[in-house]
Amino acid sequence: MILSPAIIAMILGSFLIGGFALYASFIGIRILRYWDIRSGSELQLGLERKTYLVSTIFTCLLGFELFSLFLFVYTADHIHSLFVGAMCAAGSLAVNSYGYPSLVVKVTNFVLCGIWLLVNHADYRGYDYPLIKVKYKLLLFIALLLVLEAVLQVGYFYHMKSDIITSCCGTLFSESAGNLTAELTALPSYGMKVFFYLGMTLTLRTGIHFLATGKGATVFSIMAAWLMVFSLASIISFISLYYYELPTHHCPFCLIQREYHGIGYALYLFLFAGGIAGMSVGVIHRLKCGTSLEMSIDLLLSRLCLFSMSAYIAFGAIATYPILFSDFRLEGY
Amino acid sequence: MKWINRQLFFLDFTLSSLSRRKGKNLALLFVYTVVVFVISSVLFFTTALRKEAEAILEESPEMIVQRTIAGRHDLIPVEYMQKIKSIRGIQSVRARLWGYYYHPASRANYTLMVPERYQHSEGTAEVGDGVLRTWGTLLENQLYFKTRDGEAMTLKVAGTFKASTDLVSSDLILMSEASFRRLTGMPEGFATDLTVKIRNRKECPTIAEKITHLLPDTRPILREEILRTYASLFDWRSGYMIVLLCGAVLAFFIFTWEKATGLSTDERCEVAILKSLGWDIPDILIMKFWEGAVISLTAFLIGAMAAYIHVFLTSAPLFEHAMKGWAVLYPKFKLYPAVSPYQLAVLFSLTVLPYTLITIVPIWKVAVTDPDAVMRYNA
Repeated sequence: MILSPAIIAMILGSFLIGGFALYASFIGIRILRYWDIRSGSELQLGLERKTYLVSTIFTCLLGFELFSLFLFVYTADHIHSLFVGAMCAAGSLAVNSYGYPSLVVKVTNFVLCGIWLLVNHADYRGYDYPLIKVKYKLLLFIALLLVLEAVLQVGYFYHMKSDIITSCCGTLFSESAGNLTAELTALPSYGMKVFFYLGMTLTLRTGIHFLATGKGATVFSIMAAWLMVFSLASIISFISLYYYELPTHHCPFCLIQREYHGIGYALYLFLFAGGIAGMSVGVIHRLKCGTSLEMSIDLLLSRLCLFSMSAYIAFGAIATYPILFSDFRLEGY
Repeated sequence: MKWINRQLFFLDFTLSSLSRRKGKNLALLFVYTVVVFVISSVLFFTTALRKEAEAILEESPEMIVQRTIAGRHDLIPVEYMQKIKSIRGIQSVRARLWGYYYHPASRANYTLMVPERYQHSEGTAEVGDGVLRTWGTLLENQLYFKTRDGEAMTLKVAGTFKASTDLVSSDLILMSEASFRRLTGMPEGFATDLTVKIRNRKECPTIAEKITHLLPDTRPILREEILRTYASLFDWRSGYMIVLLCGAVLAFFIFTWEKATGLSTDERCEVAILKSLGWDIPDILIMKFWEGAVISLTAFLIGAMAAYIHVFLTSAPLFEHAMKGWAVLYPKFKLYPAVSPYQLAVLFSLTVLPYTLITIVPIWKVAVTDPDAVMRYNA
């Protein structure tokens, strides 16, 4: 194990986050078992008050998840010099079998925490806590994932040995590596560009349709989710290449380095913001049916849809800028 | 805009509320600031030392070849140079003469070295500031040594090094090859180690492998390896300092928990009055959030700034021995200020994030207080 202050901070953070998620889930189990909105008992009043505690905990956890996601990637990038063959976070994450699973679970948790908070926000709009049961079932699932994240993260740092020879972005994100990322990098950039911009257009189009008519929330949501996943693939496939101006460098982590002005932070922030808001539209729309939210939630959904579209437009603009304005021509190679 | 104005009103109210309980809040702020100060001093100091080491090694050769016998470093025959030079990709090979000298008068070890081109005459030495300061028996600018055979030997100080290179050169004594061999008794045809310059950095591992095949009794050390070791070493040292500080930090968090849980009657009354005036549970939570944010950020800023002054302006008197190593000769050197947003983010997650999480439950308990019960109890 490497004992650096950043790693201690990450381990401490993951224990705290996992612990508080478990605490929140215990409250969640009590709410799921004993919740009865028609009752005026002391137990019910106590549970109603505890919903504030749980939402405060999760608001903090979302903030910490975002912070720790970037800190995790940056720490992995920072410690690359300790491993033979690592040049950035891609190499550090590959030093053992916990690295990439940790990252995937971290991203998933961040997205799920975001959706949970928006569902929670919608729930408070109704006078009778209409989404309480669904919300707390989702909370139990997220709490489990947060604990899994803590275990994976501690495992990753615990099994780290600095003399290990690792593979870095040169081999991990190369066409001949024979894994999922290799498949992504080997995809034809022209085709990926067409699908990416087609996905972006369709997402915006379905968003406008939803804003204008109030219909098609689910379609918009599916498009937003698909676009988020496809955009991550596009970053590996062609967006990163334009920033690096190198036809062979597909690394999604080097984008956060100083040489590229930390453009990766903005890119990923807008991407996740667009994805979380977009997916929440569909989730809340689906859950509101037959509840007291039916009439009062439309404005919130429209705002979320607009926010998601704006974030995706900002993401698209950052992704497109080097394609239009740099001297690098990918298809020329 | 409406939202921002609302938050500003909350902040305004929180500040006036905090100023009403100056004593309690200043005590909390002081302890919090000390915790941030200690942790950030460790972080700043080790990062600055690591950067210093990297800057020094930037100029060093790509590879050092040492000879080992029974696992111990031994003198290397100079004729090995020819064999190493025959490997493709090597720019130059140089034999280095260096060693240590224990001086009983000052009870310290000094580093002796023969530079590539010694510019002064025979019988002289060029020394670092630390040598002049600590030698003890310096007379008429002459250094008295005892050679390996027990004979006395004097070297005239021909010059000293500039302060900018203090960290490496403070305990250094440079001399000619003949003086070095006479003093240490190192036989002709042998050197301490060999340095190898390599044209293409990427070829270093392959060349190192070839050297171990060609000369099995040698051990090539790559610059990258030394850099990696330094990085691990300083990370390890600062990590251990933080682990040792964990007890103090934990005590602080327990103190925070106690402070947040054990509310005074005045504070309970304040919350009860606010709630009876129409404040909702989320409003109280926001107010308490701002209270925590004001204390956290103030402690963070003051603590980090104090640590900056401590490390970069006063050379970290509290930690230097623990962090730099065993040597006592190091002068009061000034480190190049290197504070990155990453360090601040690490500091933030070591101090502010746990503080925020720990205070959530007590804050919630305050927010759900029943105003009726509080007022009746106080009456």
